[in-house]
Amino acid sequence: MNEIDVKYVTNIGEFDKSRRDKVRNLKDGLFGLFMSVGGVSVIGAILLIFFYLLYVVLPLIYGASIEKVFSIDGPRSESSLLLDIDEYDEIGLNIYPDGVAIFSSLLDEKIIKRSSLFPFEGPSETITSVAAGDPASRVYAVGTSSGRGNLFQAEYELTYPEDRRVIIPRINFPSGQEPLVLDSKGDAIRLVSGQFMDERGTVVSVTKDGRLLVTIITVETAFLSEDKEIVYETFQVNDTSKNLTEIRLDVEQRYLVTVSGGGIVALWDVSDPKRSNLVDKVSVVKPNEKISAISFLSGGISLVVGTGSGSLQQWFPVRDENNLYTLRKIRDFEPMPTEITNIKPEHFRKAFAVTDKGGNFALYHATANNKVADVVGLFDDLSTLAISPRSKAVLFADSAGQLDLFKVDNEHPEISLGALWGEIWYESRSEPEYVWQSSAANSDFEPKYSLTPLVFGTLKASFYSMLFAVPLAIFGAIYTAYFMSPRMRSIVKPTIEIMAALPTVILGFLAGLWLAPYLEKNLAGFFLIMLFVPSIVFLTSILWPSVPRVIRESVPDGWESLLLVPIVCLGIWSSLTLGTVIEIQFFGGNLPHWLNLHHGISYDQRNSIVVGIAIGFAVIPTIFSISEDAVFGVPRSLTMGSLALGATPWQTVTRVILLTASPGIFSAVMIGMGRAVGETMIVLMATGNTPIMDLNIFQGFRALSANIAVEMPESEVNSTHYRILFLAALVLFLSTFFVNTLAEVVRQRLRKKYANL
Amino acid sequence: MSLMANRRPHWRTSGTPWVWLTAGTVAFSLILVLGVLGMVGYQGIIHFWPSSVVQISLKGNQGTALGEVAGSENVSVARLRDQGVQTPEGMSQVERLLLKTGNRKIYGFDFKWFNETDYDDLSLPPDVAVIEREEWGNFYGFLVGLKFDGQILKGERGQLELKLSEMMARRYEIKEKILRVEKSEMGALNYQMDKIRLERRKLELDQVPGSDPRFADLDFRVSELEEQYIVLGESLRELNQMIDRDSIEMITTQGEPVILDVKDLVRVYFPNNMNIFQKFAHYFAKLWEFITDDPREANTEGGIFPAIFGTVAMVLLMAVLVTPFGVVAAIYLNEYAAQGALTKIIRIAVNNLAGVPSVVYGVFGLGFFVYFLGGTIDSLFFEANAPAPVFGTPGLMWSSLTLALLTVPVVIVSTEEGLTRIPRSIREGSLALGATKAETLWRTVLPMATPAMMTGLILAVARAAGEVAPLMMVGVVKLAPALPVDGNFPFIHLDRKFMHMGFHIYDVGFQSPNVEAARPLVYATSFLLIILIISLNMTAIKIRNSLREKYNATET
Repeated sequence: MNEIDVKYVTNIGEFDKSRRDKVRNLKDGLFGLFMSVGGVSVIGAILLIFFYLLYVVLPLIYGASIEKVFSIDGPRSESSLLLDIDEYDEIGLNIYPDGVAIFSSLLDEKIIKRSSLFPFEGPSETITSVAAGDPASRVYAVGTSSGRGNLFQAEYELTYPEDRRVIIPRINFPSGQEPLVLDSKGDAIRLVSGQFMDERGTVVSVTKDGRLLVTIITVETAFLSEDKEIVYETFQVNDTSKNLTEIRLDVEQRYLVTVSGGGIVALWDVSDPKRSNLVDKVSVVKPNEKISAISFLSGGISLVVGTGSGSLQQWFPVRDENNLYTLRKIRDFEPMPTEITNIKPEHFRKAFAVTDKGGNFALYHATANNKVADVVGLFDDLSTLAISPRSKAVLFADSAGQLDLFKVDNEHPEISLGALWGEIWYESRSEPEYVWQSSAANSDFEPKYSLTPLVFGTLKASFYSMLFAVPLAIFGAIYTAYFMSPRMRSIVKPTIEIMAALPTVILGFLAGLWLAPYLEKNLAGFFLIMLFVPSIVFLTSILWPSVPRVIRESVPDGWESLLLVPIVCLGIWSSLTLGTVIEIQFFGGNLPHWLNLHHGISYDQRNSIVVGIAIGFAVIPTIFSISEDAVFGVPRSLTMGSLALGATPWQTVTRVILLTASPGIFSAVMIGMGRAVGETMIVLMATGNTPIMDLNIFQGFRALSANIAVEMPESEVNSTHYRILFLAALVLFLSTFFVNTLAEVVRQRLRKKYANL
Repeated sequence: MSLMANRRPHWRTSGTPWVWLTAGTVAFSLILVLGVLGMVGYQGIIHFWPSSVVQISLKGNQGTALGEVAGSENVSVARLRDQGVQTPEGMSQVERLLLKTGNRKIYGFDFKWFNETDYDDLSLPPDVAVIEREEWGNFYGFLVGLKFDGQILKGERGQLELKLSEMMARRYEIKEKILRVEKSEMGALNYQMDKIRLERRKLELDQVPGSDPRFADLDFRVSELEEQYIVLGESLRELNQMIDRDSIEMITTQGEPVILDVKDLVRVYFPNNMNIFQKFAHYFAKLWEFITDDPREANTEGGIFPAIFGTVAMVLLMAVLVTPFGVVAAIYLNEYAAQGALTKIIRIAVNNLAGVPSVVYGVFGLGFFVYFLGGTIDSLFFEANAPAPVFGTPGLMWSSLTLALLTVPVVIVSTEEGLTRIPRSIREGSLALGATKAETLWRTVLPMATPAMMTGLILAVARAAGEVAPLMMVGVVKLAPALPVDGNFPFIHLDRKFMHMGFHIYDVGFQSPNVEAARPLVYATSFLLIILIISLNMTAIKIRNSLREKYNATET
């Protein structure tokens, strides 16, 4: 071998050697470069997680931006009554006082379509009032000077003739092109409001002489010919206040809101027009103020009221304990500088746009109580505005007919600190609450994004699991590290550590499908175990000295645990048996039922106890293993010294070992808690996943992690919901990362301390 | 430390009871671990055993009930009353029996509780037959007659049984052929058809004029495939006609006659008349079916082969990804990076990432890999498939990558530990002999650290095999139409969704319509998963221990 090596070396000439060294050095350099680049990029990729989560979450906190795109001349140089804009922000609709509706392109100012809304009877008849109904169905109502009126809808159809994208706008008359006689007396219609949905429409009008009229329209389709027949009837509402200034009908055609006397808002139930009844009547402003604008938000539940001094309020009917509705003020918004002139709701979200007399414009979100963005001093003579259906643009018209299109980037108005963490008074609820409800079947639903109940659920899960795991794991660790014989320790430690590898989906399955029903049947027995097993262990320790010496010495030192296994088993078995008897004797045979009956404590089968035990089971090995290491690592000199000074083993444990190892035990508990907080499958399977905030141990909850697992796959990319779920993930990431880092730092300090001792 | 201290009179001040209490917690923890393992093991193992079928005759001329005993319990009468069950007077507790009565199509349920007060005697009728079916669950009853080839055979059981096994053998044979035609042959045709469709779409996207000869070529290939399709369809129809030939006549315990088509029967056996060897044969046949077959009946019956395959495929792919990543990062951290505060922070960060909840990785995987990377790949390379996503949807590749990211800290930590354990003398010796740093690492250090890397890899694999939460977002489905590996080019389909044992447990246990019937299968799946993971962990521990001994030897 040696000889060959020598030959090999001598065969290489000087020249060759230096060249080979160059190659070797090059290889060395390349290898180093590869490792460095590779290593840095792998570490970078891991750290990318944090930045990517942050990158997705950040848009939530950006405000909205409003930017003027262009301003063009409208079809006529006069003020229009109404403005509407299509979904793609390409076509505008202007309605003029002479009843002409003109669709014009916003891109090249061309007039696309001109149609007449109303076949007037004569030159004396003019349009006296126009009002927008529900923004999503784009219904508008008109009333004329001779007591007639109608409903119409703006429609924009997207077509592809010859592969070219063309939007065809048109005006539809859902209740027929023939005008409706709203007032049989022929008085001028001063105010109008209308809605139409599912073959049924309602037009509410106020005549010049102050009568409040409700016209109900039904469209009946003939069975065979499919001809539509329009039937309508008008009823008068006995409203005592003659000076109505605003009326608004909600989209369900059930509630009518009237404003009178400057600041008095009345809510009428007009679902049965023969007997319209007054639900509530309140004064919503201070005595010297008046209401200057009012609007329903999308969904037709909330009312936003703007006043002459620029303040803005949200109101909606709330059911009280007698099942009666009263109008309640829900929140005040940040006021505008001057009198509110327009309030326009968005089509699907609970957001609205506001303009004031001083030419200022602002976007608000109701649920979040958020002034999302504003533009100051825009106009001097604004007449009307329209929000595009996707809320990506706002179209303004001034009194000279000029149109200004503003692009709006307002993706997440529903998010504010308060909306995420605070108590919010949601629509149709009787009080402010913390609610998580991210989706529902209808599009005008108010999403409820309070993370508080989810964080509460996560904390509840980790609290109960720590309650179960910490005593078992730490006491177990002390015994294993300090009292147990080395041979038994070498078996026990890996056995318990194996538990850490057990897939949590299996624990969740056992907890949900076996433990939960079992616990429900043996609840009393379960509580007895907590009492009985420690007592039986105590009893053993008292009786042990009196056991005959032969038996006693057959159990070597440090093997007591093994001896206790059958005793603990016996304790568990007898508790369960006794529990059934106790339930029958004292609790009518069904403890959960009894609890509910006598103490009003409701019992869920999948409750916090089940989760506590299951997650506790999952974190025991983590806490056990780390704190066992910490206790085992306490220098021998310390314990020996303590024992030599006459302390008993237990005194040594409590006064020396626990004190010295406490940082390690602390970090063990922290790391265990980190695991409990992030545990997903167990909470998903072993709780009912209802987001309630209730400390009751017999009820379930919904945790952050389970919520992510359930909702993430269904959430739409880059929607608010999607970003909030990312936020939930970020919260989990940061909290576990923080807890783990704290634990790690404490542990490293401890290691240094031991090294010094 | 001796407990003999309790011989002293003041045992209370000595704290001996506390020591015993700590011993008790260890005992309790051990009982928990062994109890859980034991229960899952027991339930998983007995599931395939052909248990006897009992017949009970109900009181008050209610007839009889037939079924497998699925459980029994003592329950207080009050609870039963709360559930609306009629209970006898004057008793506080009643024992009741859960029978798996099967015959869901007739009764509308397949499990039922019987109070001990409601029935008289319990017998084991020797002639009872258990029939596993393709759908509607098990059938319990008595065999009356056979119908094959237009003939009807009635008679005693032994005779019928013989002929029935012949019929079943024929059924298996035909069924196998049908499956081959349906799955592999027709599947391959469909796959090719789809490819042609994509090629055509691609040509259209490239604005190739319709007169191009390539279009004609595609048309020709389609017509060829269609011809093959017709031939296959014909043979499939023939096979289906053949399998439809036979049927059997059964009678339920209530005396109701039932005709069952042989094509729907999976297995017929007579448990009360089996000897121990037959029972073992049955047991292993069932076990084999469990491991190698596709699931039936919304995953509650049959096997879990696709789930095992999916788990293994995903974990292997993950292992291929995670090993180089983890090892390179560990070598960089330990050998090349300047050891300072920054490295220390990075090390702590990497270590702590192992403790970040797995669901967070799932969120990241979905957002970054699936939507961002996958979406980009789709728009660059798979324009023809639009709007159907290829990589822009959860799938095998993204699952493996996500889990690789999840487990890479484990590999880094373990490899680094291995690297630091290698004695300085070995590196210095190598360097002193003139080796470059790369040569030292490559020839001496890394080979010695291989066991540590192996340990890390095995721990990573064990962790990945048990993770479910992130996979729910990045690629697992309850029923995958095709395996991620098959005979169609390019053979490994990284974009496909797959089935996974852990998710199977969650899905069958919590989302299936018939949880009671599915439960034994979930136990069996759990048991298989536990065995897999525990053996992986044991291997890792073994390797680590031998590694420690080896280096302790070199150091001294």
